[in-house]
Amino acid sequence: MASSNSLMDSLFQRSLEDLIKGLRLGESTFISKSLEEIRREIKLTDLSTKSVALQKLSYLAALHGVDMTWAAFHAVEVVSSSRFAHKRIGYHAIAQSFSDQTPVLLLITNQLRKDLNSSNEYEVSLALECLARIGTDDLARDLTSEVFTLLGSSKALVRKKAIGVVLRVFDKYPDAVKVCFKRLVENLESSDPQLLSAVVGVFCELTAKDPRSYLPLAPEFYKILVDSRNNWVLIKVLKIFAKLASIEPRLAKKVADPVCEHMRKQNVGKSLLFECIRTVFSSLSDQEVALKLAVVKIREFLMDDDPNLKYLGLHALSIVAPKHLWAVLENKEAVVKAMSDEDPNVKREALHLLMAMVNEDNVTEISRILMNYALKSDPLFCNEIIGSILVACSRDSYEIIVDFDWYLSLLSEMARVPNCQRGKEIEHQLIDIGTRVKDARLELVRVSRALLIDPALLGNQYLHPILSAAAWASGEYVEFSKAPYEIAEALLQPRTCLLPHSIRAIYIHSAFKVLVFSLGVYFSAQEPTSSSLVQESTSSGSSAVNGFTYDSISSLVSMIELGLCSLSGTIDVEVQERAKNILGFIGIIKHEIAEKATFQDSETEVHRAIAFMEDVFSEELGPVSSTAQEKVPLPEGLELNENLEGLQEICREVLEPMAESDYSSDKVSFSVAKLRIRDQEEASSSLPPPLESSSLLAEHRKRHGLYYLSSQKSDDHKDRDGNDDNTSNEYPPANEISVDSFKSKKKLSKPRPVVVKLDEGDEPKTKPDASSSNDEPLSRAIQTALMGKGKGKEKERVKENHEINLDTENIEQSSRREKKKEKNGERSSKRSSRRQKDKEASVTKPVEVPDLLL
Amino acid sequence: MIKAVMMMNTQGKPRVAKFYDFLLVEKQQELIRGVFSVLSSRPENVSNFLEIDSLFGPDSRLVYKHYATLYFVLVFDGSENELAMLDLIQVLVETLDKCFSNVCELDIVFNYSKMHTVLDEIVFGGQVLETRSDEILKAVEEISKLEAASNSISLVPKSVSGWRGGR
Repeated sequence: MASSNSLMDSLFQRSLEDLIKGLRLGESTFISKSLEEIRREIKLTDLSTKSVALQKLSYLAALHGVDMTWAAFHAVEVVSSSRFAHKRIGYHAIAQSFSDQTPVLLLITNQLRKDLNSSNEYEVSLALECLARIGTDDLARDLTSEVFTLLGSSKALVRKKAIGVVLRVFDKYPDAVKVCFKRLVENLESSDPQLLSAVVGVFCELTAKDPRSYLPLAPEFYKILVDSRNNWVLIKVLKIFAKLASIEPRLAKKVADPVCEHMRKQNVGKSLLFECIRTVFSSLSDQEVALKLAVVKIREFLMDDDPNLKYLGLHALSIVAPKHLWAVLENKEAVVKAMSDEDPNVKREALHLLMAMVNEDNVTEISRILMNYALKSDPLFCNEIIGSILVACSRDSYEIIVDFDWYLSLLSEMARVPNCQRGKEIEHQLIDIGTRVKDARLELVRVSRALLIDPALLGNQYLHPILSAAAWASGEYVEFSKAPYEIAEALLQPRTCLLPHSIRAIYIHSAFKVLVFSLGVYFSAQEPTSSSLVQESTSSGSSAVNGFTYDSISSLVSMIELGLCSLSGTIDVEVQERAKNILGFIGIIKHEIAEKATFQDSETEVHRAIAFMEDVFSEELGPVSSTAQEKVPLPEGLELNENLEGLQEICREVLEPMAESDYSSDKVSFSVAKLRIRDQEEASSSLPPPLESSSLLAEHRKRHGLYYLSSQKSDDHKDRDGNDDNTSNEYPPANEISVDSFKSKKKLSKPRPVVVKLDEGDEPKTKPDASSSNDEPLSRAIQTALMGKGKGKEKERVKENHEINLDTENIEQSSRREKKKEKNGERSSKRSSRRQKDKEASVTKPVEVPDLLL
Repeated sequence: MIKAVMMMNTQGKPRVAKFYDFLLVEKQQELIRGVFSVLSSRPENVSNFLEIDSLFGPDSRLVYKHYATLYFVLVFDGSENELAMLDLIQVLVETLDKCFSNVCELDIVFNYSKMHTVLDEIVFGGQVLETRSDEILKAVEEISKLEAASNSISLVPKSVSGWRGGR
């Protein structure tokens, strides 16, 4: 076949089968060769040749990633053929490759119309499938009447598919509801289970997006729930009720009974049983009987050997865990057993459940169990375990932790787990605890010392963030340390050359703080008048800093000097600068140390220098609110937004991926003199220049006018919050500290230390989701359709005016109740805004809730 | 709603790939590769479900079944029941079995067009339409007959394999 005669090749076209065979023999060149052939063949006028070429192209596009959008027009040509085989190929290609952007899309409207009206049900099917997959607003609008006709077709196949296509048509062209909705609803009474299954399938999708509008159909769905024997139908109806019952609690009561009936059946299919359980757990969990029954049934799932059932059982438990933890606790053994299951999914679900069970009392026990698992697990799961422990323990500013000493030792244990890759989060927590929990600082320093001293840890790059936190803590809280000399030595040990420069800089700076502290103690110890100072420093905290002798202090100084000498010539500017700073400082005070014994005067330069440095380091650093930046008023004359919009567009692509990938978005980086507040949310939305005073900016502009774009002084500039009424230039305090005192109710050996919490801005802000507004016209259309329907129908339902008002009142009340029940999560913004809209809609057009529920 | 149906062999070559939301071909290939890399690292005797939010977006789940050299994969969202989707794969495989009698991978490779016919009768625009293999087969046979009828109008075989005696 490879050596085929070229004459034959040009006379005869390769079919799809030939293409496949050819591809099996040799791929990449064959594809490009075939593409050339296809391009040639597809332009010919003969429809058969064209369609075979199109078929080959579709194949290559689907399985080999070849682009076929260029052949759109040819697909339209092929579809216009009268031959069924061609139509099939054409529609297949269209459904696969057309999108809203395809320019020739509208050309198929008439063809679709013709085929939808065809007497051949398979041609109709083709057209319906095509419409279902690529239908646009225009197509939906133009073909609504055809769809309407087909919804009443006598042929089951056609009707089924017409029902399926309604979903897309409604989505793209909501006015179609006026035409088609009635017929759609009529199909709910069909006796053909396949038709019924199609209809409830469509309603399941519709309800998922907008449950409120379909409440009036609850009686019909109820009938199906009670009567139907078909599992597919029942599953969909259950899903519908899950959505409806969560917004209408009275429905929950009504539906609980039939659901229990299904659960109790002898040979109920596992899929149906699972769906019942899931419905109960998610929406009917207030119904006691149903809930208890569901928990019994889920136990069967958990005990089953089939890994699928086990996994689904655990998954269902995690749905009910937030509200009804007892269900999880009852099955605790199964959960713990699942932790050592082979299946990673099962393990992950078990982990989530274990974390849901965590509270103050059992956090130590559970963490112990989990750490044991972590040591035995593969790296991925190990890190998941560590990650989830970190998240659970740090929630709400460490609400769960009573014994911070234990927690800090746990953190250092995590650091030593071989596979640990959660360095950044651990770093963040170490620093966070240091700033918030005064009483834990002693332990923090102890833990940090252990981490710093060990030279082996320096080689592990995942631990570098943790070491950086340890170094910072050791420097910042050096007063708690028993042996500053050891710390300084650890910070300057030779293996620190393995650290990245930024962390090395932190190490050096901490060494500086240690030095200053030691010098302060040494000099103050020498002054006879301030012996009380010494006693103070020895009794403060619970560690004793022994006074330094001349020998110890001079060895400290010379050790530091030695360690830093080599660094004064490094390439990295930060490291070099810090090293030189210390060396310079040492140079100033060195000669004084020796002479100190004789000199009593506390006014020497050296003393002043040391006192000054101590002062620099003495201010306590606390946690910073993530909203602090917003509260800083802009100095006058500073224009933030001008000239930056253009820059923002350019940088948007650069900054946004950064914002997503950063693990902790409210990370705070500390430096001694300034608090630099880095908040990723702010960074991604605007680029404020560093706050210089306006005069500096103006000066700079004068000197370097070439680099500035032309400025228009805008008088009414606002900063992002619109705070333009600030006249003072003072920075408000960056911390807003509200101290929570915790009364321990249990007998503890040590009361829980005070944890500093901020009023707001402890959690990183998340952007509220933009509420989808494109569902609005559809919801309105559905509600109108149902209203009109309700007025005409006089069958079982008896509607009285006061009932309607009562209903709207109740709906409003229940939605208000739900708002209160909602946790203050970030998602409430989306839901409440949608509910507002729905409330408005329901007030203007009362949604009738049938008296079935009353 | 069903987001995608895939059949690929244990080497990662896709045999059928159908996506019910529009995606560019490069993205489709990326997803196929992504799914394969997840599947190939699954041990035996574990559950058939996966959460693949990273590939297909939020609320996406995947069910797969390993038959001989093929993976059958269904990607769906929260409006489908997991065990029902597992059943659906079963239905698909049974139908193929009846269609081709003891179906094997080669049958699927060489009957690309028929595969899609079968699939289109089961899943319509992302919705499950028919779950009884007999009904599906009936429809598939009708369609094949129609196709053959419309093709028999031409007298001269137009394909190379037709010239060579066909297969």
